Amino acid sequence: MQRIALFALAAALASPAAAGDDDLKALREEVAQMKKAYEQRIEALEQRLAAAETHKEKSQPAQDGGSRAPAAAGGFNPEVSVILQGQYRRMKDVPERSITGYWPAGGHDHGGDERGFSVDSSELIVSANVNPYFRGLLNVALKNGEAEVEEAYFQTLGLGRGFTLKGGRFLSGIGYINEQHPHAWDFADAPLMMKALFGEHYGQDGLQLKWVAPTDLFMEFGAEIGRGAGFPGTDRNKNSAGASALFAHVGGDVGRSHAWRAGLSWLTTRAREREAHFEDLAANEVEGLFTGRSRTWIADFVWKWAPEGNPKQRNLKLQAELFRRTESGRFACDDPAGVSPTCAGTELGRLRSAQTGGYAQAVWQFMPQWRVGYRYDWLNAGSKRYDPATVFAALDPANAYFSSYRPKRHSLMLDWSQDEFSRLRLQFAQDKSMQGVTDNQVTLQYIMSLGAHGAHKF
Amino acid sequence: MRRLCLLFLLSIAWPAHAELRVFACEPEWAALAKELGGDKVSVYSATHALQDPHRIEARPSLIARARNARLVACTGAELEAGWLPPVLRESGNAGVQPGRPGYFEAAQFVVRLEVPTKIDRSEGDVHASGNPHIQLDPRNLLAVAAPLAQRMGELDAANAAFYAGRHNAFADRMRAAIARWEGEAAGLRGMRVIAQHKSFSYLFHWLGLVEAGTLEPKPGIEPGSAHLAQLIAQAKAQQAKLILRTPFDSPRPGEWLAERAGLRLVTLPFTVGGSERAQDLFGLFDDTIARLKGAP
Repeated sequence: MQRIALFALAAALASPAAAGDDDLKALREEVAQMKKAYEQRIEALEQRLAAAETHKEKSQPAQDGGSRAPAAAGGFNPEVSVILQGQYRRMKDVPERSITGYWPAGGHDHGGDERGFSVDSSELIVSANVNPYFRGLLNVALKNGEAEVEEAYFQTLGLGRGFTLKGGRFLSGIGYINEQHPHAWDFADAPLMMKALFGEHYGQDGLQLKWVAPTDLFMEFGAEIGRGAGFPGTDRNKNSAGASALFAHVGGDVGRSHAWRAGLSWLTTRAREREAHFEDLAANEVEGLFTGRSRTWIADFVWKWAPEGNPKQRNLKLQAELFRRTESGRFACDDPAGVSPTCAGTELGRLRSAQTGGYAQAVWQFMPQWRVGYRYDWLNAGSKRYDPATVFAALDPANAYFSSYRPKRHSLMLDWSQDEFSRLRLQFAQDKSMQGVTDNQVTLQYIMSLGAHGAHKF
Repeated sequence: MRRLCLLFLLSIAWPAHAELRVFACEPEWAALAKELGGDKVSVYSATHALQDPHRIEARPSLIARARNARLVACTGAELEAGWLPPVLRESGNAGVQPGRPGYFEAAQFVVRLEVPTKIDRSEGDVHASGNPHIQLDPRNLLAVAAPLAQRMGELDAANAAFYAGRHNAFADRMRAAIARWEGEAAGLRGMRVIAQHKSFSYLFHWLGLVEAGTLEPKPGIEPGSAHLAQLIAQAKAQQAKLILRTPFDSPRPGEWLAERAGLRLVTLPFTVGGSERAQDLFGLFDDTIARLKGAP
């Protein structure tokens, strides 16, 4: 339109001033006509365009929030998910629960050892690709004013040739269940073995290098070095690594309906003055201190069955892990309160132990949404070598640690999942992990996950 | 340790495989890659027709296969959100990570249906990018075949012309077949059907069938008795003719409704391998249309 106006103006200006009025009038009329013609043509074109646009909309199905609002995680859109977990639990009132014959792992737990109603820690998980080469993940457990960093690591995406490097705080790749967070467990609590070995699970602050072999049979080898502050080690304030681990996993399918994975793992770490409560000969509470090396072997095995590989209707999961832990070092006892006549920084000589145990469980989905499971936990007292004359001159031989009792537990669970985002679980357990106590426990638990779609790990 | 080092050296010295190794998430992309690649590719399908592609675990075998793949060809649109990301991360294969040339998402190349305006799990397991079951509209296969052939040519430049040639032949055959199928299915236009899950939306869109309800009250939520009871009336009011299920859906809710509402329950192959006749992409549609028309 502007162009036409300009043209008209230019034509008017360019016409010689000497031209007669008639000429000018004719010219004006001509320009006006041209203007009108152009306007009509433009209007017609606009109408055709509009018609074409509406036609296109009709012939194409409604496109497509997808491209406008990216759904998958990206640099500006991290995956965020929250796990809500809580329970009602009925069990015996036992002050200072521990596992007879085992050095108490203390420290870390997710709750669930409380009677009555309780809320387990809520997990907040944020993850995203950092750039094309790294991915990062943060997992924070929130409970009663505390926020504990469960995992905070980066992972490489671009090393290639089957290598992946992880750095930061992560759950160690040893064994099978160790890498699972509580919401992924098939039972309301951790196996006794995991409680005895690590408190609940073993986390590393360090590095993990994994390599997947270029074979159709799955073979994965991993090595970790880390700070080693967690039980069975202690924080030892030094420059070199405090713990290292090696693991290998093998797995594959058998036909369409079966899948399996087996593994062997080894963890070595050291403890300095690792504490545990003992009683001296006069029944005063004193501290037992262990300084030395701790090595753990874990063998793990998982077998899953789903008819024709479709787990929707029915499926079965068998899972077992075995361990052997050997510790060797010096034993001492101390009495910070200064009331014990026999313990005051007293050296009690060498302490060597070798302990074994494990768990085996089966979880059967007998119809959509419903699963039933059974788990058997056992621990052997194993062998402990020390000089009884020295040790029992300071400590009461009736201390649970010196017992040759064999802890056991049976657990039976039934769970119902509306879909993969919610689960309700009822669990009965007969816990004989403490000598002289048979604790029949009932747990009613909920697990809800919201936000990003969780990973279906094997 | 020495053996480990040896294995490590072996892996680096491993000869590049002559054929292009393709890891397909679903059988339809495996079939398409075979159509385009012929004997120049070796194709592994991570799932088969009796598996629900939503409900797969990151099994060790999948990680091992992804480790060696040059190309990962999947649907995308969050269909594999539960299992593909961990498989790819654990594989240690840099070339097939999202964003790399070795990672191909078919759903990017088609117009997706049922893109939700509201993304909330109260609506069930909705996919923000729309319905991901795109393979039952053969026009989508044409739309995916071109970029897939091109991608295969980029990864395996020596055979790029070969893939392009096979793509042209495939596209010609597919176009002819589409015209034939559309003719055969002309009588189905406007037929009202009930689907178990939103598995067949693209098929309905293509052939002009009308979805008169779904057995699942919301995507991913198992059919409940109250919802099924309500469906009886709905099916009658809408004059629905068929109930459609995939081979991996439970037959029970469909049988229940079929009996009470006087409908026929039909199992469609859903993907390649889903029935005896559906041995390739052409057989898939031959069989689907035959079953819809009531041939045994």
